[in-house]
Amino acid sequence: MSETPQSSPPVPLSVSERGNTIDRREAIRRVTALLGGVALAGGGTLFSAVERAHARAATVRQVGTFTAQDIALLDEVADTILPETKTPGAKAAHTGAFMALMVTDTYDERQQGIFRDGMQRLNDAAFMAATPAQRLAKLEQLDREQKTYTDTRAQGAPPHYFRQMKELALLGYFTSEIGCTQAMRYRETPGRFDPCVPYTPGETQWAGHA
Amino acid sequence: MQSQNYDAIVVGSGISGGWAAKELTEKGLQVLLLERGKNIEHIKDYVNATKAPWDYPHRGRRTKAMELAYPVLKRDYPLNETNVDYWVDERESPYTEVKRFDWYRGYHVGGRSLMWGRQSYRWSDFDFEANAKDGIAIDWPIRYADIAPWYDYVERHAGISGSVEGMPQLPDGQFQPAMPLNCGEELIAGRLKQHFDGRRRIIPGRTANLTRPLPGRSQCQYRNACWLGCPFGGYFSTQSSTLPAAMATGRLTLKPFAIVTEVLYDKNKKRATGVRVLDAVTNQTTDYTAKVVFLCASTLNSTWLLLRSATDVWPGGLGSSSDALGRNLMDHHFRAGASGTINGLDDKYYYGRRPTGFYIPRYRNLFGDKREYLRGFGYQGGASRSGWSRAVAELGVGAAFKDAAAQPGSWSIGGTAFGEMLPNPANRVTIDTNKKDKWGLPVLAIDCATGENERLMRKDMMNDMAEMLDAAGVKDVRTYDNGYWPGMGIHEMGTARMGRDPKTSVLNAHNQVWDAPNVFVTDGSCMASTACPNPSLTYMALTARAADFAVSELKRRNI
Repeated sequence: MSETPQSSPPVPLSVSERGNTIDRREAIRRVTALLGGVALAGGGTLFSAVERAHARAATVRQVGTFTAQDIALLDEVADTILPETKTPGAKAAHTGAFMALMVTDTYDERQQGIFRDGMQRLNDAAFMAATPAQRLAKLEQLDREQKTYTDTRAQGAPPHYFRQMKELALLGYFTSEIGCTQAMRYRETPGRFDPCVPYTPGETQWAGHA
Repeated sequence: MQSQNYDAIVVGSGISGGWAAKELTEKGLQVLLLERGKNIEHIKDYVNATKAPWDYPHRGRRTKAMELAYPVLKRDYPLNETNVDYWVDERESPYTEVKRFDWYRGYHVGGRSLMWGRQSYRWSDFDFEANAKDGIAIDWPIRYADIAPWYDYVERHAGISGSVEGMPQLPDGQFQPAMPLNCGEELIAGRLKQHFDGRRRIIPGRTANLTRPLPGRSQCQYRNACWLGCPFGGYFSTQSSTLPAAMATGRLTLKPFAIVTEVLYDKNKKRATGVRVLDAVTNQTTDYTAKVVFLCASTLNSTWLLLRSATDVWPGGLGSSSDALGRNLMDHHFRAGASGTINGLDDKYYYGRRPTGFYIPRYRNLFGDKREYLRGFGYQGGASRSGWSRAVAELGVGAAFKDAAAQPGSWSIGGTAFGEMLPNPANRVTIDTNKKDKWGLPVLAIDCATGENERLMRKDMMNDMAEMLDAAGVKDVRTYDNGYWPGMGIHEMGTARMGRDPKTSVLNAHNQVWDAPNVFVTDGSCMASTACPNPSLTYMALTARAADFAVSELKRRNI
């Protein structure tokens, strides 16, 4: 897609435009034009945020006390919950590393213990060595188990480890770049508000802002 | 060397201080605008404004480290990864909670005008006459007619979008076109209007987001990322609206890192002579002089400043001769309401992230309605299609589950009530000399609680929403009262109220301190009651009105 010339009026982006990087460039270009160039200084930092995100997504390494092996397990769990369909799966979105980070930085000790124990159970069940069909069957069984438990558990009772994993996998995937821009639709700068538009079943949702 | 003498000093650079600076400079005064925190430059310093969700390591969620650093902020929604730097460092600036009081502060240029909710409503004579009619506290010294032209004036400059409704309890204003209701809201609004004969009505939220450009500012781009700071200037803030206007006069001096510790008072002239400033970085103290001083440091901090000033004349501080100073702290109580599911509209969606929702103006204790409590409440709410997060609680894993989670779910709608809180002299702030902040300054002690009127009102706040949703055919209606502690509304008001009598109030009808006529207090501390609509637009109008009065009094050499 080509950049529109500087002299063009600030028109809203069309729904068909794809790609968040262009959105940002376009957003910055428009605000720059509007304010007579004062936004240029900020523009540099805005671009580098995109570049940093791309760089970060490239490698999977240790996160807190989670080893690369641990993260590989979480990737496979997440990818079984959210596999590649016509859009990429959770592993491609590096969901395992995100789950490890969230457990490390946002879970208290008890929650961490439950999560870690759950990972051990999956390892004991040879999850990594299982076929994709076996993995799916195992997680379907765990999902029924966690849902029954969660729906009936007493207030203050500990969470089920697979509920933790499912929640973090969904959060990690659907807030990732792949999740937002490929599994869903994302427009950093929608440019307008249409209060009522036709919706055809099968169309994906609009991703929100952070 | 910087001059230490100005025509006017404005303390605080948030919504009220920004307006004071704009009005006073535009009327020809040399103005010193003092801000206790750092500068945040428009656009340049909005470091997170164009980040995508995946640019945040925790995708916007709070971490344990953040909860440790922000023990007050963590009590409710404001603590998150995206704008944590805009909230006050609680370790540097503690306060004392005699009773739990959630004080959410922004100490930087722009104050909370950067993070505010932007809902902008006029108050009416139902509000300004309420105290007198109910025999509660003291009468407001002004009526709607006094402030109406100033609402007109500030709305035009700030840019308020909204619809003209002709409702006497929520006067119309100088609106830009409204941000419309979405199809779910429109459907329910239509049914509600029929069922309640127009007395209870869903209208588009009136918000300080532009739907038409203003000079130097673009219309809203529907990113709904306002509280990161807007690179388009799409919503009203000090940075987008009042500060550029004040700067353009060439008469504004903005001084960040300037903690005002005292209003200097000359007991012979019975006038303030200026303020004492502690440099937050160097700890140097400097006195600045001016003919007039505007206190716009936010409700509790303006009162803190008064409590500390002129204590050689009044032990209770400047403006304390009536004993009203520090008393009648109020807020809006909220977090009660209901929500449910809208059947149908599966073939309808919306585009763009609208930064507002709907509003249901007050209807209780109006037009013949009479409840067992006084005053009333309004609802803020919205309808939307559910997103992927619904899938957490649904059974399923695998390909079909994933693709279903990526599609929008059913429509839901809900509303939360914001209720009026009655003034009570026992709800007060004092100086706690035993606790000091990072700069060695004694902190505020806050002693505030809701009462029986609020308790009774909360039942209606919760149940009325359910009644309306039921009546409009909404399914699976669930009510909630998530509990409320004063301060959570982030609408602190009172503690230096306006009045008609110096024996019972701190300020007169022009926001002038009775005991020091060249000191004006125009932030939320001046309020004699809270009404139920959001208060910021009223601070703007009162500030512009007071600035106009101050300049005319200066010209007449009355102050």
